[in-house]
Amino acid sequence: MTKKKHILDIIAENRFLHILLSILLGFLVGAIFLVVMGLSVGAAYGRLISSVTSLKGFSYVIVYSIPYIVVGLSVAFSFKTGVFNIGAEGQFVVGSMAACCVSILCANVPKPLLIPMCFLAAMLAGAVWGVIVGFLKTKWGINEVLSMIMFNWIAFYLSNFIAGLPAIKSEGTAEATKNVSVNASTLLSKDLINRLGLAPTANWGILVAIAMTVLVWFVIEKTTLGYELKAVGSNKFAAEYGGISVNRSILTALAISGALAGLGGALQLMGMGTRISIFSSQEGFGFAGIVVALIGCSNPFGVLVAGIFYGALMYGGSKLNLEGVPTQLISVIVGTVVFFIAISIIFENLKRIRARAARNAEAAAIKKAEGQKEDKKK
Amino acid sequence: MKKTLALVLALCMIFSLAACGQKAAPAAAKTKIGMVTDVGGVNDNSFNQGAWEGLQALAAEDSAFEVKYLESKTDADYQTNINTFIDEGYDLIITVGYMLADATRDAAEANPDQKFAIVDDSTNADLPNVACLMFAQEQCSYLVGLVAGYMTESKTVGYVQGMVSDTMNLFGVGYISGVLAACPDATVLQYNANNFGDIAGGNTAAKDMITKGADVIYHAAGGTGIGVLNACEEAGIWGIGVDGDQAASLGLDKVVCSARKSVDVAAQDMSKAVKEGRFTPGVHTYDLTNGGVGIYTTGDHIPADVLEKVEAAQKEIASGAKTVPTTPAECPQFTLG
Repeated sequence: MTKKKHILDIIAENRFLHILLSILLGFLVGAIFLVVMGLSVGAAYGRLISSVTSLKGFSYVIVYSIPYIVVGLSVAFSFKTGVFNIGAEGQFVVGSMAACCVSILCANVPKPLLIPMCFLAAMLAGAVWGVIVGFLKTKWGINEVLSMIMFNWIAFYLSNFIAGLPAIKSEGTAEATKNVSVNASTLLSKDLINRLGLAPTANWGILVAIAMTVLVWFVIEKTTLGYELKAVGSNKFAAEYGGISVNRSILTALAISGALAGLGGALQLMGMGTRISIFSSQEGFGFAGIVVALIGCSNPFGVLVAGIFYGALMYGGSKLNLEGVPTQLISVIVGTVVFFIAISIIFENLKRIRARAARNAEAAAIKKAEGQKEDKKK
Repeated sequence: MKKTLALVLALCMIFSLAACGQKAAPAAAKTKIGMVTDVGGVNDNSFNQGAWEGLQALAAEDSAFEVKYLESKTDADYQTNINTFIDEGYDLIITVGYMLADATRDAAEANPDQKFAIVDDSTNADLPNVACLMFAQEQCSYLVGLVAGYMTESKTVGYVQGMVSDTMNLFGVGYISGVLAACPDATVLQYNANNFGDIAGGNTAAKDMITKGADVIYHAAGGTGIGVLNACEEAGIWGIGVDGDQAASLGLDKVVCSARKSVDVAAQDMSKAVKEGRFTPGVHTYDLTNGGVGIYTTGDHIPADVLEKVEAAQKEIASGAKTVPTTPAECPQFTLG
């Protein structure tokens, strides 16, 4: 009879089960908070579920999830290739601002041309933002996490500066840019939205998000480039030994990751956003992308599902106030989910470190034994 | 495996509880008031909080009102939140702040039967279903400016503004006109924080002004201003609050007075008007004439002779005998605009 596996081992081995359990635990902890605060768990979670299950609600969820999916892909791609793209926030901001500028300055370019132009501008801006950080890392060894966090703020203030320029700023009283040109809008036609009863901001950006999911999967799993990047991600010394240029790989990975985050910014702007306000605080799409990539196990299709899940939490969560429940409940749930997912990563690393330590100890013991034999010979 | 099963079943129960948690519709028809905040959130120590506190007080004293709020996290959330209230059949939707002007216009045009009220915006005044709640913030700023001008000993006072815009400039123009009316050779140090949420930045700006000799500092900068008032408290000089009664709400001893902007009263007015069927669109101005703005003097820090002069000015403005400048052009000493 085979030995019965411990339940924790089963969970640790099955990523999907583990993530699912983390999510359930997140809701459980959220429920505990609700009970402690004396609020109705049923009313809160009931509102959360009912607001995302109608057709209109679900179309809102999709609209909300588009930027999360694409930015999640950006972060997941960087995870796969061994860099931690905490700069997705800044790349998202410069990407959406680039798309915004192009759409305002070339407002009369016909739709089939203007939309790709905006996408390209956003991807280019995001890629540049990522490559600068990569350059600092490969050239002078500056830690990418530090420079990315600083670049997030540079992007933040750059965006605020551009939004205040006379050519870009709204003509009304709003502290925001002009609305993007109708030719750059990805919104579905009003007629279709009303006929189907969708959210007023329903747009076809989700198709781009799905296409990007497949594309990222293809690049990572089916191309030489993806193989090289993954090799650098697993062990850069081995990769270098195998003839892969580590520096070039890091730059490529950051360029692609940055381009994806920038595209996320464009999709959000051209669909739901319509304008960029002068920020008073970071909007946090990039940081949300990290969460989505974690929940999605850095697997492109996992990220797609995780992005929709996150979008549902954000949209459903925005209505919690109607039940007298603070929206911060969503932060508690998301935080708990990330916590339990992160714990597994720590355990796995501990396992690996312990295994390595055991191997080293064994090797040392053999060496010692051999040494003693030689001593005896003498 | 049993444990997992038990856990999953327990969670299923929680969710099934959730599913049957739908509330039955209330028997008596209530007047439902929904409020959408801007990105500052409902605890911004400023107009969002003011409006929400007003609505809460209203619901507490009259159970015929049901009040709810939705917070906007990003600029793109405004439309979603407004639509949530429309879908839920709210009688009046109050949008707080001029940043919601475009979203309010879109929603008001698409839903002509839905009543709206917007705080600090007059661009929607042409719509038949939007009431624009405007405040004469230059008037209350002028009054606190008088206090600053009479009370400064170094003849140097400070001013921190949250953002440069026509609406925000009213605060600065009013304040500086007041200071100069009381003390014509005073220097007004001015700083644009370009941010409504940067407490540390407000603190640094105020300390800088204190080093340069300022002994009274006014702010119109939301959360950034909390840092300003804290710096004044530490240095032992006078700070001047804005919107609400900040001497009381922040519990500070060195807040000499606060410029009052009664968003709460405006929100209550509109809610009552909707309930009683006398909602009127267009611009509703809250100023010294109707008590919509004024000055909080909690702590009694203002000397009697100064208070007398301030009250005299208040009466003059309310009666129309005196007008307070509203544009930077009329107040050349205002340098931020």
